[in-house]
Amino acid sequence: MRSVLVVGASLAGLGAVRALREEGYEGTITVVGEERRLPYDRPPLSKQFLTGQLDAQALALGDADEYQDLAADWLLGARAVRLDPAARTVALSDGREVRTDAVVIATGAVARTLPRVGARALAGVHSLRTLDDAEALRADLATGRPTVAVVGAGFIGAEVASSARALGLEVTVIEAAEAPLERALGRSMGRVCASLHADHGVRLLCGVGVAGLDEGDGRVTGVRLADGRLVPADVVVVGVGARPATDWLAGSGLDLDDGVLCDAGCATNIPGVVAVGDVARCLDLFTGRHTRVEHWTSAVEQPRTAARTLLTGVSTPAPATAPYFWSDLYRSRIQFAGHLLPGDEPQVVEGDLDDRRFAAVYRRGDRAVAVLAVDQPKAFGRLRRVLIPAAVALPRPA
Amino acid sequence: MITVCRIEDLPPGEALRVTEDVPAPIAVFNADGDLYAVDDTCTHQDASLADGWLEGCLVECPLHASAFDLRTGKPTCPPAKAALRTHRVEVVDGLVLLHVDATADEPA
Ligand SMILES: Cc1cc2nc3c(=O)[nH]c(=O)nc-3n(C[C@H](O)[C@H](O)[C@H](O)COP(=O)(O)OP(=O)(O)OC[C@H]3O[C@@H](n4cnc5c(N)ncnc54)[C@H](O)[C@@H]3O)c2cc1C
Ligand code: FES
Repeated sequence: MRSVLVVGASLAGLGAVRALREEGYEGTITVVGEERRLPYDRPPLSKQFLTGQLDAQALALGDADEYQDLAADWLLGARAVRLDPAARTVALSDGREVRTDAVVIATGAVARTLPRVGARALAGVHSLRTLDDAEALRADLATGRPTVAVVGAGFIGAEVASSARALGLEVTVIEAAEAPLERALGRSMGRVCASLHADHGVRLLCGVGVAGLDEGDGRVTGVRLADGRLVPADVVVVGVGARPATDWLAGSGLDLDDGVLCDAGCATNIPGVVAVGDVARCLDLFTGRHTRVEHWTSAVEQPRTAARTLLTGVSTPAPATAPYFWSDLYRSRIQFAGHLLPGDEPQVVEGDLDDRRFAAVYRRGDRAVAVLAVDQPKAFGRLRRVLIPAAVALPRPA
Repeated sequence: MITVCRIEDLPPGEALRVTEDVPAPIAVFNADGDLYAVDDTCTHQDASLADGWLEGCLVECPLHASAFDLRTGKPTCPPAKAALRTHRVEVVDGLVLLHVDATADEPA
């Protein structure tokens, strides 16, 4: 193998370049990235970047020395539009075609839009995935004292609400599900974390969908709810999840189903093609299911696995770990690791729910399967380590 | 110089955060009997290293798992890039004493 093309120049793409070099690969590496920027860190976009505590420069993932050592060619501002595995080529939006021995797919995810509203450009309506998005939102939040509505109470929506609140703005969060954060944290703990909104004077409306947006003079004026109510807003942030960026892979012969389907070693159905990060739906050795994990830490870990798989030519799964993510809401740090299924019961083992400072262990039968901590980083570090061996022995669902 | 605690109050494997009389919080570790002190706030983003996971003379940041060598303050893996400032600690008459390195702008 003398050339590798990495498609997607973000966390997982840079991780792939690092891992290939760490594993001793000395051939050519080319990275294609649609954004005109070197890789940067996304999590602060909804947190410290929005509140102005971090600037764009502080988000850089690599530095000049490292880029020199990595010796990769960065084709930025170019979009991959087609993968032809037989010819081993990737076509770019500017007409170029890159020939390569191997391909790392690291195209991540794109923000979903509201079904009844679409991606129609209306001033004051934002989604948040890129630094450009965050800059536009930050500017809008700093103009006058806008009233803010956030559609979706998932982590990104909740963080935007928290940041807008920290800027002193009036915020309403609208969530279609009855129980916010249920899929991530389970019903009861989802409620506990969502109660942070009320604690900090942010209104949370659950179990109500969005019918449309009201507008005047080309600018949004409010969110019309399915039950007819109107939430007035000068700025609307749509945080209703993300879908994998796989459009460019249509017709490539790759198995696609809510992401690029991979085995536990990040190998796809096409030899020499691996996928990593938010776009990859890998076989999870804990659960026996293919799962797309949209966590920062997975986008850091998977590239190491994928690099070994590419360089050895045999799919090489990494030892199983409990997927981890964190979120910062209203100065509370939420940390979670593990695998949740409906019915897994959380039990507080440290601290107190009422203080919003606690650690809880979720059990399935007598096994610990996941840990949640709010402002208990030390307990979390200890509890997540005892979790891993227990979780490895879990019976796999059929 | 700051008196941190009695040595019994910092057993092996434990860490303490010093926030008073220091320009920025400092974490003091007892790594299997050897004491180390470094700036407490991770050089990557916002986390307290006294809350981290101590293994030998490495501390792993509780947020994104960069590990720092307590002897040098240097990160051994991303995402952190910059080194932590190190400070001198000693035990005198059973007391843990911290000498804050306030002059060094340049991390060790
Ligand atoms: C606002 C926000 C806050 C977050 N907060 C947290 C958090 O607190 N904790 C946590 O664990 N995770 C968080 N995440 C998730 C985390 O950032 C992602 O898991 C991570 O960025 C995934 O990295 P990736 O490289 O796989 O994908 P991405 O970061 O999405 O990068 C994919 C890159 O590929 C490019 N691309 C796409 N298609 C093409 C193409 N056809 N050709 C060329 N380039 C292409 C895109 O432009 C993009 O630059 C957050 C994400 C966002 C957006
Ligand atoms: S804050 Fe320590 S590694 Fe990110």
